Amino acid sequence: MSIVSVIFKSSIGKKYVMAGTGALLFLFVIGHLVGNLQVFGPPELINTYAHFLQSKPAMVWGARIGLLVLVVLHVTTAVQLSIANKAARPVTYSGGEAYGSAWQSRYMLMSGIVIAAFIVYHLAHFTARLPAINGVGDFTKIKTVLHGEIVPDVYAMMVLGFQVWWVALFYIVAQALLFIHLGHGIASAFQSFGLRDHVWWPRIQFLAKGASIAIFIGYALIPISIYMRVVGSDYAGKAAAQLKDSASVQPAVATQGKETH
Amino acid sequence: MKVKLKVWRQKNRNTAGEFRTYESPALNENMSFLEMLDVVNEELANKGEDPIAFDHDCREGICGTCSLVIGGKPHGPHRGVATCQTYMRSFRDGDTIVVEPFRAKAFPIIKDLVVDRKAFDRIQHAGGFISVRTGAAPDANSIPVPKENADLAMDAAQCIGCGACVAACKNASAMLFVAAKVSHLGLLPQGQPERFKRVKAMVTQMDAEGFGACTVTGSCEAVCPKEISLDFIARMNRDYGVALLKGEPKQIAGGVG
Repeated sequence: MSIVSVIFKSSIGKKYVMAGTGALLFLFVIGHLVGNLQVFGPPELINTYAHFLQSKPAMVWGARIGLLVLVVLHVTTAVQLSIANKAARPVTYSGGEAYGSAWQSRYMLMSGIVIAAFIVYHLAHFTARLPAINGVGDFTKIKTVLHGEIVPDVYAMMVLGFQVWWVALFYIVAQALLFIHLGHGIASAFQSFGLRDHVWWPRIQFLAKGASIAIFIGYALIPISIYMRVVGSDYAGKAAAQLKDSASVQPAVATQGKETH
Repeated sequence: MKVKLKVWRQKNRNTAGEFRTYESPALNENMSFLEMLDVVNEELANKGEDPIAFDHDCREGICGTCSLVIGGKPHGPHRGVATCQTYMRSFRDGDTIVVEPFRAKAFPIIKDLVVDRKAFDRIQHAGGFISVRTGAAPDANSIPVPKENADLAMDAAQCIGCGACVAACKNASAMLFVAAKVSHLGLLPQGQPERFKRVKAMVTQMDAEGFGACTVTGSCEAVCPKEISLDFIARMNRDYGVALLKGEPKQIAGGVG
């Protein structure tokens, strides 16, 4: 049997797939957070970044296809493992949780399912920009002027989008579940690849906890600070006005293009 | 002291089982859990009822024969001991104690609390040995072994193959058992020639037996009567990866056979 078929068939091989795809998705989560934290800068900052990404379709689509492959592998392998794991114990015990098990480890499938649902919503919300699900209006109509070009106003989309309480709440809940998922997943990925001994295990667990907390704080801060009207509330007001006058494609903030002359 | 026992009774693997409750006679609190079952069984036998079947042998924590899930934990409430080393003083007078067999697809029930753990033997047969003629006992220090490796190998070799790891794991995974067996030979010089062939063969057999996969919950480590560490599962995962990368050994044509 080839090494690939052994990996996809054996129990340990499947754990390699989970760990490898999980590690790469974790790297994406870090990169995505760094990109998103630019919302705390002036509107031009994240709009320039978004425009830069949009202007490189080969890179963006390459990344999207890569991420899709990773997510599909991560999810299908998780489902296969869960089915096999359930089948390994056809009759359960009369009572009690699994003795001595880390509580996060028992909720990996549940947290994973919610995160997957969140990814679908997040893509529909800010990538496909479906008006029906954002509680605001048609995001595709929000434009701004950047370096003399009319571009999508990502900053306005974010500051408007997270003023809707249930959107902000869903994002925070999803991030909390990602925190649980990563808290167990990062350390377990090291375990699955065998990168651990009695000296490194406490360090790996510390790193996993630290990284998952940092990711949670970073991501949750965005909807929280926008919902609390700490970030971009003036800008959101102007963008909302622009959205009402939906025929208009004029820039939301006239001053935004000032340094581009 | 007296306790109430809620015990799983099942005639054989083809009939359905059920919990039945028994009142123990007066017990000495320094009886082991197995001695308590002996006393209960004696009473059952005197009444003409079928005694509760359970596994036991050495009763000193080294053979790995006793099993039982007592109050939701394999081998009873304490850490680092087997059921035979669990004493009635760990329970209170009047307690209701739930006693179940190890539950796993790969460990079918034979009767009551006795399960068939031959799956472990088949995993051992697949590679848990070294292929050498042992001959007479060699001189003790003829093959030098680094102290750290010897210590780790001995930690792994403590595994008595009782199956508590499988019983505790929410996935009924046998990874801790297989990891201990793979590691204790893989850490010693005598185990090196077959190190990677061994790990592949044993993991393949483990999967074939229908055990689940590892989700690093830590249950196995927590219930292991010999306190075998999850570190060994990482070691097995590492060796398995190396074995896959090395591929099958090349067949050599000819030779003197």
